[in-house]
Amino acid sequence: MKHRASIAFATAIALLLQGCAGWQSALDPKGPAASELAWLIWFFTGLCAVVWVLVMIALAMPLLMRSRLHADPLVLDAGADNRKLRVVMIAVGLTAVILVGLTLLSFFANRTLAAIGSDAALTIRVTGHQWWWEVRYEDATPSRILTTANEIHIPAGEPVRLLLTSTDVIHSFWVPSLSGKLDLIPGRMNVLDIKADKPGIYRGQCAEFCGAQHANMGTFIIAEPRAKFDAWWNDQLQPAAAPTSDEAKAGGELFLKRPCVMCHKIGGTPAGGTVAPDLTHVASRQTLAAGTLMMSRGNLATWIADPQGVKPGSHMPVVDLSGDELNAIVAYLEGLK
Amino acid sequence: MSSADLTSERDLTPERETSAKGDIAPERDGPRDTGMDDASLHRWLARTWRTPPGIIGALSSVDHKVIARRYLITAFLFLCLGGLNAVVMRVQLSGPRRGLVGPDLYNQLFTMHGVTMMFLFAVPIVQATGIYLVPLMVGTRNIAFPRLNAFSYWIYVSGGLFAWVSFALAMAPDVGWFAYVPLSGPEYGPGKRADVWAQMITYTEVSSLAVAVATIVTVFKQRAPGMSLDKIPLYVWALLVTSFVVVFAMPAVMITSTFLILDRLVGTHIFNPAEGGDALLFQHLFWFFGHPEVYIIFLPATGMVSAIIPAFARRPAFGHLGLVLSLIAVGFLSFGLWVHHMFAIGLPKLGASFFTASSMLIAIPNGVQIFCWLATLWDGRPVIRTPVLFVFGFFFTFVIGGLTGVMLASVPLDLQVHDTYFVVAHFHYVLIGGSVFPLLAAAYFWFPKITGRMMSERLGRWHFWLAMIGFNAAFFPMHIVGLWGMPRRVYTYPAELGWGNINLFISAGAVLFFLSFVLFAFNLVHGALRGAPAGDNPWDAGTLEWATSSPPPSYNFARIPVVTNVEPLWAERGALPVATGLRVDVRELLVSTVAEAYPDIREKSATPSIWPLFAAIAVGATFLYSIFTPWAIVWGAAPIAVTLVGWFWPKGDPEDEE
Repeated sequence: MKHRASIAFATAIALLLQGCAGWQSALDPKGPAASELAWLIWFFTGLCAVVWVLVMIALAMPLLMRSRLHADPLVLDAGADNRKLRVVMIAVGLTAVILVGLTLLSFFANRTLAAIGSDAALTIRVTGHQWWWEVRYEDATPSRILTTANEIHIPAGEPVRLLLTSTDVIHSFWVPSLSGKLDLIPGRMNVLDIKADKPGIYRGQCAEFCGAQHANMGTFIIAEPRAKFDAWWNDQLQPAAAPTSDEAKAGGELFLKRPCVMCHKIGGTPAGGTVAPDLTHVASRQTLAAGTLMMSRGNLATWIADPQGVKPGSHMPVVDLSGDELNAIVAYLEGLK
Repeated sequence: MSSADLTSERDLTPERETSAKGDIAPERDGPRDTGMDDASLHRWLARTWRTPPGIIGALSSVDHKVIARRYLITAFLFLCLGGLNAVVMRVQLSGPRRGLVGPDLYNQLFTMHGVTMMFLFAVPIVQATGIYLVPLMVGTRNIAFPRLNAFSYWIYVSGGLFAWVSFALAMAPDVGWFAYVPLSGPEYGPGKRADVWAQMITYTEVSSLAVAVATIVTVFKQRAPGMSLDKIPLYVWALLVTSFVVVFAMPAVMITSTFLILDRLVGTHIFNPAEGGDALLFQHLFWFFGHPEVYIIFLPATGMVSAIIPAFARRPAFGHLGLVLSLIAVGFLSFGLWVHHMFAIGLPKLGASFFTASSMLIAIPNGVQIFCWLATLWDGRPVIRTPVLFVFGFFFTFVIGGLTGVMLASVPLDLQVHDTYFVVAHFHYVLIGGSVFPLLAAAYFWFPKITGRMMSERLGRWHFWLAMIGFNAAFFPMHIVGLWGMPRRVYTYPAELGWGNINLFISAGAVLFFLSFVLFAFNLVHGALRGAPAGDNPWDAGTLEWATSSPPPSYNFARIPVVTNVEPLWAERGALPVATGLRVDVRELLVSTVAEAYPDIREKSATPSIWPLFAAIAVGATFLYSIFTPWAIVWGAAPIAVTLVGWFWPKGDPEDEE
């Protein structure tokens, strides 16, 4: 019996840990800011749990008492009330001490967090749009400035400075396993410093309600070793790969003739729209439509053919294409690695 | 005050009464209750104070009990509607990528859920309970400004209908209950949805401001003789503090909603950063109201707890003065922490820390209240009846909500949990645990007073356990899924994130919780029709509302009681001393001094009138029209003026003209 109970307990713990190990969990920190915060969460939780248990004991006490209540409610035991007063005073005093302690603790935690990115070498401007993220890598050399979307590559082990703003409504940038959230507000610029300890993919999503597709506004932080990151940056600076097959060539031409070109940019072609994600290297990304679909030929076709089915309310319009045209465009985009 | 003083005051009161009004010519004076026998007194008062018969009479009623009953029933209906919204949302979220509702409907659902629960359920129901109980507890015959009170109900109903009719037409607001700009602004909030939000907010706040004013005046000026400030029941104190919070907080949100509709309708750019406006101004204004709002809902609930615990612990509340000072402290402090709703906007570090400190600080007066209630219970084993069960449920859940509130007060910690399901869990623990459970306790406690019948104790226990299990199953796991990274206000989520099972569990709990309210509704109806007769004071409680019959007559008390103790019915076991000298042929109240409640003057109370309804219709039509054109305010002013003239038209009463 005892054995079975311990198995059940172990299973419960395993399930809990499995839950914690989610790739978008504040309890599974992968960077110094999130680690500090996870520690803070556990400390507060532990302390609050103790306080709660004490209050529940105090609440249960009268239920365990044998003594009956007074017949006359106005006859009070002055001695007992004095003792109660002392207990209440002590409890209030303890509450005050705990609260002051917690206030100081959060103040110092805030200072620790502020120090994390003080020597960030890399600055990335993240602009919120309904419902995707524009990501621009700043560089002193204009030709090295890079614009991409939704996926943010960073060098692992280095602090990175994110400049957060928005062109439409308020969004909030939140990658729980790396850092707390910060809003992207039109007309303002917020600064968030993040650091990933190890290479890996960390998921985040918009945390401030921003309209119809708030739920499908995901982002990924892809932390890589420095060398790999530099190589990725250099690759991304290249103009789009020229289509190789006939079908892809036809797709490239169709792209320019159809409404696609009005919104999207493809480097090295006349397509220069800036209101929608830059597609120069779209196929090198892991997901489509801000984390809504995994990148694949089938999903590209689904997304182009039925954007309002995949992401109802999104600003991607339905473009009238025949089956062959759709295939051609997908073939072209699939080649944009 | 010694008992000798009280005796003398008791004897003096009637004389003071009559002599105070010696300047009225005797021939204009009608019959008084002094020396009148009980049977003719009841006959006179019943005829003077009755609500006129017929449909017009019912619509003209200014009886605070009639208005409060309507408020309570309407608010309960809105609770059910808001609860249904929640059930639909929970079915949608019970698994990843479910397709029951799309984002357009889902966003309306959670907005309507929030708006309904906050503006159409929580605030109205705590105020309605006050409308019913405060005049009874302070021992007067009607609420102050009874026509304003009636007007407030009609405005509230039209605001609620406005919101729900627009939902039925699929044009309900879809921008969340706090409707941040620019999402709700002219550029990103097309159609009339955000306009509906703005005007519906303005409506309901007009209504709650009216009730707040009536409550304040009732408490300050209409208390029974002898009910000096230190003898005011804690529940009445709670309503008084709440009403002041309403008076100072509601204008902020009315300004917010009015600025918003000006931006949308007139083309001002108050919130438009591109034209020198500021999107964050909206948030500051909104939360300057929004945080006190939480206490507007919570403080009356603490008053209910303070009324119920002494009745079952068989003693006056421990630390009466401490409880009153805590209420006032919470009322003040509630205006100093609004920024903790905005920690994620990128505040200066020092400023944010200030609001951490102030948010922590409010836990102290709340702690004082909790400790005093616990100390009240420590005298012995209380008799466990349904109201007590719900009070225990309140402690169990509200303390969790309060403690997670302390977690949210910490700026760095808040940045991880802000706008996640952790926050959803937190505020449901605070609002349901801190306010709905006390309200349910209050429902079982005061139901006998309102209907004259008891609710079923057995069903009550079932209801309690179903509600407790359902509530905790639904909301406790939300803390966890929030920490796992689930943001609030998402209509769906991908399966890869592993939130599916826990959300299914939450949804099951939510359905249980909803069913507990179905059981409650059944118990209400069953109790009203078949419940055992309750008698005047079924709990042997000590405050004045239990001194009159259940349900109370239209005039509340045949003779105005004189108060000698904070629990007057316990102090005067035989018969309550009374003050006499009021006229019985016209609606007359005793107005007393603010601090000592010394009888001051006799004052007329307004008679039934249909005009408050007409005025509410005129105001409602103006608001409705104003979502289409700003000219509505100009054209609407005329009918409003006409109805107000009708409302205030002098009746030629000689005493009024003097």
